[in-house]
Amino acid sequence: MMFVPGNNPAMMQDAFIYGADSIMLDLEDSVTMAEKDAARLLVHNALKTIDYGQTEMVVRINPLNTPYGKKDVEAVVKAGVHVIRMPKTETADEVREVEAEIERVEREIGCLGRTKIMAAIESALGIVNAYDIAIASKRMMGIALGAEDYCANLKTQRTPDGAELLLARETIVVAARAAGIDALDTVYSNLNDMETFRKEVELIKTLGFDGKSIINPRQIEVVNEVFAPKQKDIEKAQTIIAAIKDAEKRGSGVIAVNGKMVDRPVVLRAQRTIDLAIASGILKEEDI
Amino acid sequence: MNTYKERAGLIEQAAKACNTTVYKEKEVPNKDLTPRTTSLTKSSKVMSLEDAIRHTGLKDGMTISFHHHFRGGDKVVNLVVDKLAQMGYKNLHLAASSLIDVHEPLIEHIKNGVISKISTSGLRGELGRQVSLGLMKEPVIFRSHGNRGAAIASGELHIDVAFIGASSSDPMGNACGYSRYPTAKSICGSLGYALPDAQHADHVVILTDDLVPYPNNPKSISELNVEAVVEVESVGDASKISSGAIRDTKNPRDILLAQTAAKVVENSGYFEDGFSIQTGSGGASLAVVKFIRQSMIDRNIKASFALGGITAHMVKMHEEGLIERLIDVQSFDKVAAESLMNDRKHKEASSIEYAAYNEPSAATRMLDIVILSALEVDVNFNVNVLVGSDGIIRGAIGGHPDTAADSALSIIVCPLLRGRIPCVVNEVTTLITPGSGVDVVVTEYGIAVNPRRPEIAERLTKAGLNVVDIHDLAARAQKIIGDAAPLPFGDKVVGVVLNRDGSVLDVIKNIVEPTN
Amino acid sequence: MNQLTTSSAGTLESGDIMVQISPSTEAGLHIDLNSTVAYQFGEQIKKVVSETLTEMGVTTADVKVIDKGALDCTIRARVTAAAVRATGKDVWKD
Repeated sequence: MMFVPGNNPAMMQDAFIYGADSIMLDLEDSVTMAEKDAARLLVHNALKTIDYGQTEMVVRINPLNTPYGKKDVEAVVKAGVHVIRMPKTETADEVREVEAEIERVEREIGCLGRTKIMAAIESALGIVNAYDIAIASKRMMGIALGAEDYCANLKTQRTPDGAELLLARETIVVAARAAGIDALDTVYSNLNDMETFRKEVELIKTLGFDGKSIINPRQIEVVNEVFAPKQKDIEKAQTIIAAIKDAEKRGSGVIAVNGKMVDRPVVLRAQRTIDLAIASGILKEEDI
Repeated sequence: MNTYKERAGLIEQAAKACNTTVYKEKEVPNKDLTPRTTSLTKSSKVMSLEDAIRHTGLKDGMTISFHHHFRGGDKVVNLVVDKLAQMGYKNLHLAASSLIDVHEPLIEHIKNGVISKISTSGLRGELGRQVSLGLMKEPVIFRSHGNRGAAIASGELHIDVAFIGASSSDPMGNACGYSRYPTAKSICGSLGYALPDAQHADHVVILTDDLVPYPNNPKSISELNVEAVVEVESVGDASKISSGAIRDTKNPRDILLAQTAAKVVENSGYFEDGFSIQTGSGGASLAVVKFIRQSMIDRNIKASFALGGITAHMVKMHEEGLIERLIDVQSFDKVAAESLMNDRKHKEASSIEYAAYNEPSAATRMLDIVILSALEVDVNFNVNVLVGSDGIIRGAIGGHPDTAADSALSIIVCPLLRGRIPCVVNEVTTLITPGSGVDVVVTEYGIAVNPRRPEIAERLTKAGLNVVDIHDLAARAQKIIGDAAPLPFGDKVVGVVLNRDGSVLDVIKNIVEPTN
Repeated sequence: MNQLTTSSAGTLESGDIMVQISPSTEAGLHIDLNSTVAYQFGEQIKKVVSETLTEMGVTTADVKVIDKGALDCTIRARVTAAAVRATGKDVWKD
């Protein structure tokens, strides 16, 4: 997920070309108070007009308790945004408030249920309530960590190895998995240190995250490289999926690959590898 | 007996047979007894600019020539033309290898009749705009670097007096684009575009700001071709001739384009040990080199030579052993200029040796891959690098058509759009490089391959690259920007574009500025 | 007709457009356009500006536009923002 400032037309126009899976146009932290109205209009018009292809379009709105939040919801829902990202989410009630706002606008324009929600958790209270937030709405498609505010709230700071974020990261992954939604990691803002960035991406992949937030197109390749499954794993997964199809044809419930029984977790993992391979452009749908 | 006196008769006979005279001792001038330490720095060739101009016998209506190796820092053109104006010259034909923003003062000299005709590779800035608006009576003749060299050699472009700025020269006229002395002021490296002028012009005047002791060897230009040497305060502003350090582009779109272009190179079928390559100097082209370098290391591939405008990136790869030789018609930065001076495998090439269409040994013919930029590419793969989408002349042909036509694989790297200006269009504003020489177009929205090269399209597709139809790119650009109004062209021809073989490729019409 | 206060929106960055709306003593929209792509898109830009303003109910104003190659959607957004600021009337509910 690539963050793009919501008041920069040139960047919004170009954002699509870098191959990010989703683009988050930001109305919150990257826009000054004096420009909130202009950025909202810019994002509204860009979403309506620019062809973003298959990219998932996300807009980070201002909190509902500011003078901007409700207008943000109206503007982006009317423009057909895929996902509204709530900043600084701390309780399930906040999610339900945003949901109600979205519903109101969707009813007005006759497209009920179109807009999904993602909640960014950026405080200790939010982490404690992570699971409640994750199941607060059927529109909830993922939860994300916002590390800068979280660290400030925790009275610590970010370190290269991310020890301070470990609990938050694990909590988010666990809550997301329990709720059956996606888990997204925070941004890494030092563009010149690609090495530490790569280590962080490797870490969060191991922790179970589905993706990473990025602030510059230069970071996309690293994320895609780390998340792309290795050729060996893809081949193994393909063998397993082929065996399942074969077993289904024969009407057999027992699946064996190379003489070994294959149980459900292995099948699920194989399917996930194939999905990732397709998402990374290594495999094509027709190759399966 | 056989004394000298007795042989007098035979000597006279021999003189008659050789159609010459008999030696007479009295007519031999006295020996010059001055210590040579002083004459190392003096000669009868060293004179003022005004004397040099008179000495060449320059007349109204003749052709004078200049090179553009000092790029944005050049002071020679303005200095000489100012002097010619002062001396009352009229109707001169100015034949430069290229003209840029810094040559804006020529506008006045065109208006007051000193310059009545221009031949060049390009025009930029206000000069380009004024020419586009109809400043000159005669159209400007545009040639590629290769064609200029060929035309000078064949006499098609006859130069009466060449004014060649040099970073160092000795009093005899042995000159080059660098200097081995601490007095060096403005070094530019290769003098490739000036070498045909030095060889073929009727008269050659060297202007230098670093008059060094004889002999200034190795040299680019030989004393044998030089009639006058003029010492000037400065031939160029060093800070604007070239930047000292490598500046890597930070523009993410340029990086994306460069990465894609590098993948095209790697999967083209020409990325083999011993391959040769040329790249332009734009942000994206420079960055391509960086990505190719990594692949060369990873796959243990070395290049036989890199050609063209040589950059610090190329020099670095040469020094790392990744590129065997450098062939340099123009040094783009100080690192390249110094390498040319110090490294024997870094060869200076004239524009004829570089890219003349009728020269079997032209380096471009030995070239596998060239990576080029473009202002516009059309659906027939024709390229325009000279005239902006607003109809104003704002670029230069350079070696674009030469390298595209001669190389085994030419790759154009350009964004789909620059702001609201489309770079992939249905028809280029002006035809500069015919599509017959253009193989691949890399944009951020996909890679288009010329239908003439199905094997390349197949290789790139197989490598998982996003190969698209160029018509789709043009349509996409048009959809994003909307319908453009036709440009306000007038009926006057302000420019003639020559193909690299000297035939006329296209003409440029004037722009009529709407009155607001 | 609402009372207009002179207001602007947008920036001078590439791909953006700066729009300034001020009250006019003469009826109608008076658009003063300065654009890097004036030859090809000058008329189109003026059309989008006047359409957007008319939709917003602004029919009399001096409009100063400095365009740096903005797309129509950006022009529409900036003109709307300037008009919202000039009229004090937002397009979104409170």
